Amino acid sequence: MKPFHSITAVAAPLDRPNVDTDQIIPKQFLKSIVRSGLAAGLFYDWRRLPDGRPNPDFVLNQPLYQRAGILLARENFGCGSSREHAPWALKDFGILCIIAPSFADIFYNNCFKNGMLPVILPADAVDELFRAAAARPGLQITVDLAAQSVSLAEGRGFHFELDAYRKQCLLEGLDDIALTLRHEAAITAFEARI
Amino acid sequence: MPQTLFEKIWNRHVVLHEAGKPALLYIDLHLIHEVTSPQAFESLRETGRKLRQPGRTFATMDHNVPTDPRPFKILDASSRRQLDAMVENCRDFGVPLFDLESEDQGIVHVIGPELGLTRPGMTIVCGDSHTSTHGAFGALAFGIGTSEVEHVLATQCLWQAKPKTMEIRLQGRRGPGVTAKDLILYVIGQIGTGGATGYAVEYTGEAIRALTMEERMTVCNMSIEAGARAGMIAPDDTTYAYLRGRRHAPQGAAWEAAVTQWRGLPSDAGAQYDHSVVLDAARVAPQVTWGTNPGMVAAVDATVPDPCSLADPVARHSAELALEYMGLRPGAAISGLAIDRVFIGSCTNSRLSDLEAAARIVRGHKVARGVRAMVVPGSRRVKREAEARGLDVIFREAGFEWRESGCSMCLGMNPDILRPGERCASTSNRNFEGRQGQGGRTHLVSPEMAAAAALSGHFVDIRTWRAKP
Repeated sequence: MKPFHSITAVAAPLDRPNVDTDQIIPKQFLKSIVRSGLAAGLFYDWRRLPDGRPNPDFVLNQPLYQRAGILLARENFGCGSSREHAPWALKDFGILCIIAPSFADIFYNNCFKNGMLPVILPADAVDELFRAAAARPGLQITVDLAAQSVSLAEGRGFHFELDAYRKQCLLEGLDDIALTLRHEAAITAFEARI
Repeated sequence: MPQTLFEKIWNRHVVLHEAGKPALLYIDLHLIHEVTSPQAFESLRETGRKLRQPGRTFATMDHNVPTDPRPFKILDASSRRQLDAMVENCRDFGVPLFDLESEDQGIVHVIGPELGLTRPGMTIVCGDSHTSTHGAFGALAFGIGTSEVEHVLATQCLWQAKPKTMEIRLQGRRGPGVTAKDLILYVIGQIGTGGATGYAVEYTGEAIRALTMEERMTVCNMSIEAGARAGMIAPDDTTYAYLRGRRHAPQGAAWEAAVTQWRGLPSDAGAQYDHSVVLDAARVAPQVTWGTNPGMVAAVDATVPDPCSLADPVARHSAELALEYMGLRPGAAISGLAIDRVFIGSCTNSRLSDLEAAARIVRGHKVARGVRAMVVPGSRRVKREAEARGLDVIFREAGFEWRESGCSMCLGMNPDILRPGERCASTSNRNFEGRQGQGGRTHLVSPEMAAAAALSGHFVDIRTWRAKP
């Protein structure tokens, strides 16, 4: 897995809570048997009008946000299905970091498995970032994993918390399975007991 | 120190735990299906890794299988490719597969319990968020992503941060017409879609103890809709009576030994939970969701809420978007909402007792004009047992479609989908935008409420329904 250190990128604001994984990538894109090429399905129903043309109002369709690397979101982002296609699609689009007041458990976990960083900030800090993004469309944000900081160009910054172990795995781009197989003896011993 | 059910299972499965790191947890049972496993097998091939414990892994086909009479030709090429990949992967890696020809095929969360694969005290995972269903047996069961599916295939373990514990106590008795589905929808409405995030929930209380196994599965199934890592119910005689004699359940002396061990699983008196919620089951009415997540739910005799009444601006905006998508006006009576489609099925409500409950309402009536209604049994076994009781005849005579088993219109990966704007009374678990088909409008209800809606053409308070003698 590719290590994650920091990112400075345009942050696209997606201003609604409880964005579920059915929205992030609808069912028809789950029939893939590979991990790549899923950006075509990202927010598919929101990115298109009923007649199939692109919806100009949807944030990721606006020219300013087509190269967004960060998604600004509201509470309980990624709720619903366990489909890892959701982080795969975001990553394929170019989004490597999502900032929200809270995430659904499985989605949060799936991000780390793909070298992506979900950042939890207090709701008022996220509010402030939404206001900054509204005031200056195309706003760039820097997220530094080692420093656990989110900062704006003019100097405003926020600290975020995350589990030290997840941080280390992301910084080093560790392969989870290889790490586990180092404990082969412990697993075998456990299996002998049950 | 007194321990909770969760803590007992957790502690017994920790392979190793170093300070400051997640624990390495042993997984007793791994269930897989065609949608979230192909990339995991592909990575195993690329890295030359094998399955550590093929005997703890079972596969089924459910998410994208058509529910037409079998045998059929799968017309959708990508669905066919995914099902073919499942066959090939199971063959190459030695995983038993319940394919479309198998008498045991069905929705992964229906067949696990049916076959006795799901048992108290186990750790169970599957690349599907509704794996929480298996918690009904006093197991620790949760959904995982594809990377974790690969991890379990290769190591039979998972790195897990220990979740906090939450007790949700449903005290008192539920009223007539109120089902397990109504209890869990009510719970989600009370605590919210993120209300249990980070917690392993244990459901307790008189109203939970009174539930049958199939009802307990309905409750635990939707734990994920409140964000819970897992939902569980302590095993008791109801659990043992259900499991006894099932194909993979222990037999003879091993059965007695297992039951003795299982009796030690329930939370000890005085065990502490990190958080407790107490709700009164007697206050729960039949529920109908009005919005685009399962927390947007109201009693059937209520009206569609007014977003203006919500103080929180984010919640208000969210409710406005939901009403716009659902095509609803604030203040409209929920019981008056006309429906186009009815879906009775899904891992939430497709078991024999669900179909029996719906059939009791349907018997002798006809589906309302203009309504298309379908019943999709959760497994081939459910279908056979239902047919042995004549339920298929009751449904067919009333005008319902009686279909083959699978996930079907719960998520619409197969051809069973809503058209844009169609309003559906559904016994499934998610009313997300587009879940049952782009532009489709889903209202989550119990099987009885779905059946009554099919016959009436609109929602009905099942408490006032009078079946034909």
